[in-house]
Amino acid sequence: MKILLENGRLTDPSQTMDETGDILIENGQISRIGPRLRAALSASEIQDTAVFDLTGMVAAPGLIDMHTHLREPGFEYKETIASGSAAAAAGGFTSIACMANTDPCNDNRSVTEYIIKQARQCGLVRVYPVGAISSGLKGTALAEYGDMKEGGIVALSDDGKPVMNSHLMKAALEYAASLKLPVIAHCEDINLSGSGVMNESFFSTELGLPGIPSIAEESMIARDILLAGYTRTAVHIAHVSTKGGAELIRTAKKKGIHVTAETAPHYFTLCDESLRTFDTCLKVNPPLRSREDVEAIKDALKDGTIDAIASDHAPHAITEKDVEFEYALSGMIGLETSLALSLRLVAEKVLTLPQLIEKMSVNPARILRLPLGSLALGAPADITVFDANHSWTVDREQFFSKSKNTPCNGWQMTGKAMMTLVDGEVKYNALPDAK
Amino acid sequence: MKWNKKDILGIKELSPDEIQFILDTADSFVEISTRDIKKVPTLRGKTIINFFVEASTRTRTSFEIAGKRLSADTVNISPSSSSLVKGETLLDTARNLEAMSSDIVVIRHHASGVPHMIAKHTRSSIINAGDGTHEHPTQALLDMMTIQSEKGSISGLKIAIVGDIFHSRVARSNILGMTKMGADVHVAGPATMLPPFVDQWGVSVHTHMDDAIRNADVIMMLRIQTERENQNIFPSLREYSRYYCLNSDKVKLARQDVMVMHPGPMNRGVEISSDVADGVHSVILKQVAYGIALRMALLYLLAGETK
Repeated sequence: MKILLENGRLTDPSQTMDETGDILIENGQISRIGPRLRAALSASEIQDTAVFDLTGMVAAPGLIDMHTHLREPGFEYKETIASGSAAAAAGGFTSIACMANTDPCNDNRSVTEYIIKQARQCGLVRVYPVGAISSGLKGTALAEYGDMKEGGIVALSDDGKPVMNSHLMKAALEYAASLKLPVIAHCEDINLSGSGVMNESFFSTELGLPGIPSIAEESMIARDILLAGYTRTAVHIAHVSTKGGAELIRTAKKKGIHVTAETAPHYFTLCDESLRTFDTCLKVNPPLRSREDVEAIKDALKDGTIDAIASDHAPHAITEKDVEFEYALSGMIGLETSLALSLRLVAEKVLTLPQLIEKMSVNPARILRLPLGSLALGAPADITVFDANHSWTVDREQFFSKSKNTPCNGWQMTGKAMMTLVDGEVKYNALPDAK
Repeated sequence: MKWNKKDILGIKELSPDEIQFILDTADSFVEISTRDIKKVPTLRGKTIINFFVEASTRTRTSFEIAGKRLSADTVNISPSSSSLVKGETLLDTARNLEAMSSDIVVIRHHASGVPHMIAKHTRSSIINAGDGTHEHPTQALLDMMTIQSEKGSISGLKIAIVGDIFHSRVARSNILGMTKMGADVHVAGPATMLPPFVDQWGVSVHTHMDDAIRNADVIMMLRIQTERENQNIFPSLREYSRYYCLNSDKVKLARQDVMVMHPGPMNRGVEISSDVADGVHSVILKQVAYGIALRMALLYLLAGETK
């Protein structure tokens, strides 16, 4: 069975393509791309082809969310690999990387293989496990990177926790580099963040909530840049939220240090002032920062300082969220809102559409060394089709995710994934004529 | 003026007119507590729940007395743990309190924002009796009532608030209230106890106590939490009291008719010396007495008039 996608806006920054045309998929791969492909097919071939009209839609290399939490094993009441995969497919993602802070955590090959097995069983999107930097996420000893890599991890991170021990971080960067495994740094000086629950600012003073100063993040970004520079290795900075952090990364890149960075949609959408509602869905780590930081993150996306947009999808149950603000767990879900929030950057002219696809597909593939993020001939047919103009209202009860901790409930959105194909198979279809 | 707010969550939500209205209403309740039979039937048949998750003796007692003098049925609930520990949501808490047909729930909680979160989920009126390090509106209102009663007006007075501003909900609510009422508010404390960007509230910020209290009409001393001694906020109680204790020498820097306040409970010899606490300038016990009238006024405004 072949699939023919017709009349879409084909936007593929990996080959600087942005034009109207068709894509033919055969054997899970992109076999032809160009205008009026139907004309080249015989009547019997057409019979054997599923044809989708993408008029008014964008077809892009499958989106890759390089930072999610799927909660399995251990916290299946928040999310499972199956529910998270379904949320990803509905959000337009064909691949997701999942962080190691499960229970047991992914610091050994057996957990890695378990995740991959579960993901294969639900068979929706590609799930790439991220292994722990330190054994037990304790920040004291290296985990078995080589064994985990053979098991299928694509990167290393203690995300959720920083690696406070600088010697351990240095060793991790060196050892991981020898295995060509990217290291994703959660940058937070826990002595500076202390018991903080929101950005330290006028609003933390007003709300009487303990603050997390921007320097808690920035001092550790600076450290990790220094370590990567010194050891001539690469480091990827997760969820950059501050102006100062972006400036450090910009300067490091100019110096030729191999640093890449991501931010999450909430860091260019929401600021700390919104916490006046005490909505615990707004509690994330790092915290929502100032208006000035939000603008600086947009600037850093625009000038290429920040390479990728990742959701930091962090599901939590209502009993962990509808509690005192100070005790509520950090994190918000994002797989099903990430694309719409990111498309606002295109509407605001912060990014062009091809630049957005770069940040959500091409660059994550490059950073994680995945052979994805392209509509080139012969590439696996991982394709995201979205309508950039589709208006919809967020109703979290409709989400595929098991958890509902989004601050965007009821928000008016423009832009939505309409079809998600992985390896040439339709994994999500909301096209108007979908049966 | 007609009162139309459901809750008293913070001074932030109150306009200067509303504050003045509360203070004026409270004035009319002072007299009841001076009677031989200190009880009026105003809130007969109304139920007031004092929901104190954080321990408190004087604020809870003050609310309880205020409710009883208005003939309301007052009930005290003091859960020992947070909803997170219990595995219950704040929505559950709100629904439970409402199921008891409470007219007013007075909430004190060690976490900031809890009264605000519960207020959204219940038809009962919520009074914030102190939430975390956020607000303590009834304390600020009784402080302003004390100042107005003793000084005639709040507007134009130089008021110094000294101590651990960072961790003080009393300071936050008073800063908001006193600036709204036109006072010239100065705060002072060690740099580590001054909250970031506090100047955005229109107060003058000092690290030297003398600069704040010089020519002050009112000095409000804050309780220093002695357990903070080991949190690297200040070196020692000994050093703290050397620079930030209000003693009789310091009082001389202020105006001759200066009024000394303290929300209590005091650490004698730490932030205030005994001779000042018990001296002619002190209105500390008057604050407690005005507190009853002020809380009676709030209960009356929220539950007294038929809605």
